[in-house]
Amino acid sequence: MARSVTQRRKIINTAAAWAIGLLIFFPILWTILTSFKTEAQAIADPPIFLGFDWTLENYGVVMERSNYMRFLWNSVIIAGGSTLLGTIIAVPAAWSMAFVPSKRTKDILLWMLSTKMLPAVGVLYPIYLIFIKMGLLDTKIALVVVLMLINLPIIVWMLYTYFKEIPGEILEAARMDGASLREEVLYVLTPMAIPGIASTILLNVILAWNEAFWTLNLTAAKAARLTAFIASYSSPEGLFYAKLSAASTMAIAPILILGWFSQKQLVSGLTFGAVK
Amino acid sequence: MSLKTALCAATALTVMGTTAAIAETITIATVNNGDMIRMQGLTDDFTAKTGHEVEWVTLEENVLRQRVTTDISAKGGSFDIMTIGMYETPIWAKNGWLVSLDDLPAEYDVDDILPAMRGGLSYEGTLYAAPFYGESSMIMYRTDLMEAAGMEMPDAPTWDFVADAARAMTDKDNEVYGICLRGKAGWGENMAFLTATSNAFGARWFDEDWKPQFDSDAWATTLNFYIDLMNEAGPPGASNNGFNENLSLFQQGKCGMWIDATVAASFVTNPNESTVADKVGFALAPDTGLGKRSNWLWAWALAIPAGTQKEAAAKEFIQWATSKEYIELVAENEGWANVPPGARTSLYENENYKEVPFAQMTLDSILSADPNNPTVDPVPYVGVQFAAIPEFAGIANQVGQEFSSALAGQQTAEEALAKAQALTADEMEAAGY
Amino acid sequence: MATQHSRSAARIMLAPAVILLLGWMLVPLIMTLFFSFKKYLPLRGGDLGWVGFENYVRFVTSSSFWPSVLTTLVIVGGVLVITVVLGVLLAILLNQPMWGQGVVRILVIAPFFVMPTVSALVWKNMFMDPVNGLFAHLWKFFGATPVEWLTQVPMSSIIVIVSWQWLPFATLILLTAIQSLDGEQLEASEMDGAPPLARFAFIVLPHLGRAITVVVLIQTIFLLSIFAEIFVTTQGAFGTKTLTYLIYQRVLESQNVGLGSAGGVYAIILANIVAIFLMRMVGKNLDA
Repeated sequence: MARSVTQRRKIINTAAAWAIGLLIFFPILWTILTSFKTEAQAIADPPIFLGFDWTLENYGVVMERSNYMRFLWNSVIIAGGSTLLGTIIAVPAAWSMAFVPSKRTKDILLWMLSTKMLPAVGVLYPIYLIFIKMGLLDTKIALVVVLMLINLPIIVWMLYTYFKEIPGEILEAARMDGASLREEVLYVLTPMAIPGIASTILLNVILAWNEAFWTLNLTAAKAARLTAFIASYSSPEGLFYAKLSAASTMAIAPILILGWFSQKQLVSGLTFGAVK
Repeated sequence: MSLKTALCAATALTVMGTTAAIAETITIATVNNGDMIRMQGLTDDFTAKTGHEVEWVTLEENVLRQRVTTDISAKGGSFDIMTIGMYETPIWAKNGWLVSLDDLPAEYDVDDILPAMRGGLSYEGTLYAAPFYGESSMIMYRTDLMEAAGMEMPDAPTWDFVADAARAMTDKDNEVYGICLRGKAGWGENMAFLTATSNAFGARWFDEDWKPQFDSDAWATTLNFYIDLMNEAGPPGASNNGFNENLSLFQQGKCGMWIDATVAASFVTNPNESTVADKVGFALAPDTGLGKRSNWLWAWALAIPAGTQKEAAAKEFIQWATSKEYIELVAENEGWANVPPGARTSLYENENYKEVPFAQMTLDSILSADPNNPTVDPVPYVGVQFAAIPEFAGIANQVGQEFSSALAGQQTAEEALAKAQALTADEMEAAGY
Repeated sequence: MATQHSRSAARIMLAPAVILLLGWMLVPLIMTLFFSFKKYLPLRGGDLGWVGFENYVRFVTSSSFWPSVLTTLVIVGGVLVITVVLGVLLAILLNQPMWGQGVVRILVIAPFFVMPTVSALVWKNMFMDPVNGLFAHLWKFFGATPVEWLTQVPMSSIIVIVSWQWLPFATLILLTAIQSLDGEQLEASEMDGAPPLARFAFIVLPHLGRAITVVVLIQTIFLLSIFAEIFVTTQGAFGTKTLTYLIYQRVLESQNVGLGSAGGVYAIILANIVAIFLMRMVGKNLDA
């Protein structure tokens, strides 16, 4: 009897979870579907779900109008670069705070997070002037640096929480065996920290990929990324739902695919020390 | 070096000299309007003629304005050409931020530019931006619905006639709304329309001492008239409708009348995009008999920011994009109805263009707008639907939000006007008037 | 048992991050402070001299100031409540045995990958448009008058859009936390005949305390500065002007850098007030 109860519960769970999952996913699905419609079908009343004439026309228009590959490439380089740079800087910092804590560690950590609260619009003008002076406007380097700085507090904190969960005894043992600091980090800590680092990197790539404000303001043509690409489709003249959907799908597809493939790592790692 | 190679080199040099001194890559910021997107598609023609490459930065209007203003005021030098309008040009030129365009060659025929456009894009008599296309505003209406309502649209209607017709055409059950007007907040959105409309009702932004005039009866009449009309005969959600939203409503056959930019005429009469393409008539924007009509004057123009390293190439581009030849190029590719309108006199003398149904009404509308004399009572500013002072955009955005929320029914017209008066007075004081 | 040696090594390892962030914080902050005491109007020739606290007074006495602070807090609070409550429920559901758990999880976390600009555009045009939006079609199908989402209920609409983006994040963290919950303890209580609600209130919820804290902290940091969602949907009209948006209007629309900078300083103060609250909470919950 217990078995049939659990079986029935499983069916109900499955139905409920799928219904909610599809509901949450629906806006994305609808965008993707609309991208294959003609503009007239995109606003048809009643709306057409699947029975429309599938067309690639919108993608053709978008590809012809904008240099999609360059936007994509810039997105990849900038999101990847800023994540890499950020990780290189954050790992040692998080390590030292986790394993050699001082009484100021907590304060430093919280202070780092508080730098994220600076409203970007408020400092746009000063930052713009600085980047002009340094000749870095519309360069990938500028965005790599800015995005790295924006996300650094989050990475440091996320890594710190992982490192803290690594039991100190292992380190003690390694030290007893005469391991140097370098060896300690390389051979003992790193392997244990890899899952945490992996999910930190993933989260950082997502955040960097989706950043729009600095991208729009610090780039023109050369370093513009997908978040700027979308700004040219946002409300043009005439009917635009289908073209907007195509451009949107192209802008989010790469990161969506990456996210789906790596969701296990992301899910298992995204704890921020929430699990004790 | 043999004679032969020397000769070859010399020939090569001359060939290069005739096309372009050095092939450059210029960066152009532009708005994502249909005519500009068409221009991007035709860039190859420019590259073939001059050897210069073009990088396009195409942005939505609001983003573009913010982006280019930041860049030029901070002297960022991100762009070699910026797409700006009649509002920015005189202000920026006054600050010395733009390269003057007074040395364009004779074949460009600068005198062919419509005088109203040339005037609006000049500062102290010098041209600082070349009009890519120009526009006024006019009534676009459905001939079939007008007939069904048993009315006939005169060429120069009054606001009372328009209001009556709108109410007669409205059939909300079938999603036909008598009139579609801008309601979305923004100085280039609802405020462009409302400022131009207020001119016909005898209102003005400032008196001659720069005192804001939103507490005047004329403004109260304007705003109440607009809100009442929209509530009775406008589409739902009108307070979020800008140019583009109304365009798609009209194209879907949901508007009886639409008073907006003259450039829209080519979109609503294009059978590929519009379901009502063959049922559209045109008339001048309405008046109230006080001597001013409700039409505005605007041009999207190309300007070169001072300090760019590629001034020569940028000038070549402007000459190409705003030339008579460019218009012919578009006509060849897309037909005469789709050429950029409102910039050149010669276009309206062209026999082919005269057959385009909206050509004459567009020209008449443009010619009836007077930026130097926009209102019934005298004003200290230039501009029909704006006042060409640096503070205007910021103030009008906020005033636009008050008016927009009055249209949405969140406050009365009187409350909105009182707030508009207070915030305008405050901003003007902050700016030191 | 940290030695002197490892202490100094640790300091060296920490230094780059601290120095960089210090620079990233201080340089703009000092420049913002500098501008905030100036009359600085780029369109009128730039620097027009020192004005003392005039910008600060003007910013705070403007009729938009307090409403914008309130709007900011309402949006942040609204999104937090929605994402935490729905996140907990969703996490519990996803933790149950079912078929296709992996696929459902993918569907649920997908919105987190969508850039804010895109999600705002899609929601605004394809769902909330009162004529062509999907909601309008749905309402008409049931014979109701379509809601004009962004004008009639603008705040709720924006909160819905932002919550949709952040719900996956909350769900993920809460799900990981729930998965670590001791199954035996739950089973034991089930055996004891504890009703589901009691099990939830006395075992699950306390266990999730830390996770909820983390969700609130991280989301608050991001939500305080949301911009794209408002810029795309209402442009600050109909009472949706947040403090961030007000500063944007001052700096970029009015081109008054001095006034906007003073606003920036206020925003930093507000952020720090919120931060102090959060850190109290975090300190209590995360120290352990």
